[in-house]
Amino acid sequence: MKQKVYAVAGNILSPLGFTAEENFRAVVEGRSGVAPQEGTFGIPEPFCASLFDRGQVAEYAAAEGITGYNLFETLLILSIRDAVRRAGIDAVSSRVAFVISSIKGNVEELGEDESEVPVTVSAGHVAAFFGQNAAPLVVSNACISGLSALIHARRMLLSGQYDYVVVAGAEVQSRFIVSGFQSLKALSPEPCRPFDAERCGLNLGEAAATMVLSRAEVCPPESWELVDGATRNDANHISGPSRTGEGSYKALRYVLACCDPEELAFVNVHGTSTLYNDEMESIALHRAGLSDVPLNALKGFFGHTMGAAGILESLISMQAADAGIVPGTLGFGKMGVSYPVNVCAANRTTDKHAFIKLLSGFGGCNAALLFRKGGAR
Amino acid sequence: MKIVHSVHILPDAVRLDGVALPVEEQGAELLSALYRAYVKDYPKFFKMDLLSKLGVIATELLVKDEPGRFTPREDRAVLLLSHSGPLCDDRNYQKTISGDDYFPSPALFVYTLANIVTGEIAIRNKYEGDTTAYGLEAFDPAQLVAVVRDAFEDRVTTSAICGWAECIDAGNFEALLLLVEQDAPEGRPFTVQTLEEIKKA
Repeated sequence: MKQKVYAVAGNILSPLGFTAEENFRAVVEGRSGVAPQEGTFGIPEPFCASLFDRGQVAEYAAAEGITGYNLFETLLILSIRDAVRRAGIDAVSSRVAFVISSIKGNVEELGEDESEVPVTVSAGHVAAFFGQNAAPLVVSNACISGLSALIHARRMLLSGQYDYVVVAGAEVQSRFIVSGFQSLKALSPEPCRPFDAERCGLNLGEAAATMVLSRAEVCPPESWELVDGATRNDANHISGPSRTGEGSYKALRYVLACCDPEELAFVNVHGTSTLYNDEMESIALHRAGLSDVPLNALKGFFGHTMGAAGILESLISMQAADAGIVPGTLGFGKMGVSYPVNVCAANRTTDKHAFIKLLSGFGGCNAALLFRKGGAR
Repeated sequence: MKIVHSVHILPDAVRLDGVALPVEEQGAELLSALYRAYVKDYPKFFKMDLLSKLGVIATELLVKDEPGRFTPREDRAVLLLSHSGPLCDDRNYQKTISGDDYFPSPALFVYTLANIVTGEIAIRNKYEGDTTAYGLEAFDPAQLVAVVRDAFEDRVTTSAICGWAECIDAGNFEALLLLVEQDAPEGRPFTVQTLEEIKKA
């Protein structure tokens, strides 16, 4: 029988809460971490973002006895520690591997100590905190990093070399990232509105999220299975999505070989609220025959948490489907894409036990991952 | 899995399938010289950052004689590993937002994403499959082999441009790239030992 890989435990650390449950509750209640920023990071133009209260994180870290790490590493350590405790595993074991996902990691340190900037260096510090001897694998695949990390971690478990893989993603916002996205005209001065006719860009967000994965034999039968996933490239443009949704469509087609659209509770899309991304996703979903399946986007709650997004949004989606809910798309009002899609504006109920997580990013990359509740089929 | 072709580029040396190519220039100039010798007609090359130039040129050497080149294909992955990722580009972009001259450059910012190099390779060669940028603490043939083998779990992937692409600055870079095929009739075994031999040569 083909091996199966399941999610054992998870954590989300965001401005909305420090556990997966707190964050899910915020989504159900329609609370957002996105707030207007003026002068933050010395950025001259106003923007909106979901940012941690630095003092609150420092307090939490101190209470947990975690000192001497930069913010990026602290977030990863706090998130991983909660998830590993819940999974009840010994993270020191050589049968446990770490995969770390981030786009810009510790880039704030640029100009201070350059050797500390690469994500691989921070990932090493974090793995060492947990007593890991092996250097962790880093995945840095632009906005799809979190899904690429989950997809790769699943395959690492299939190879049989590990019993558990701890997949953690994090992003800290900075002058570097905000100015960059602003220069690309990608940031909205207002809270984002995924798929809405009036949308005018994305909000950036900070978060860390962790998912502990394992093979079938140790997981309870009601666990969520990571059925299969794929990354596909548009081969078209480094900073603009394909006009035909090529890579996103191909990634969807890959996972749809493992499921019937009828069994999907929803597709949790990227939904950044930029003109081009949301339009592209509507094309890809339409081509994949998913126009009728409910879709939702979580960027209105968390902003775009970049390297954490794939893991964070998957964890929210798992809890939502468990609770029989399709979360609403905060910020969406009037349809603003050309192809018909079934956007959930407000929370809906569902009795289905599978969903697809979809992301796209710069470099032309796109990823889709199919989740199904164990035994549901 | 077999290594069909291998290329090793350093600032002052290039080896293709173990054979040294004649080299007169060094550093960034070496990459431009390789472009003039082997590519010629892809001016986008000159807009790229150093890491992308390195990845695109290395790939060019691996596939230049391949039949049916530029036909879009989904079954070839691009899987690159490095320690520093886009550090070189981080520095360049940082200069545009430091001090009083706040003039963030979108063209420079885009290249501060670690996976633009894999995207540039995909665009140049019309590879529509998996493209992923990974990071490792240091070059480690065993980890590299494991990462690539795991990536081949993708049902569609049958071949990959894969390997190590590290770029600190114009005088300090290295690409050790391979064309690996799942079912090639000929080639060297895709193993730690072969990688060590290519690196040492």
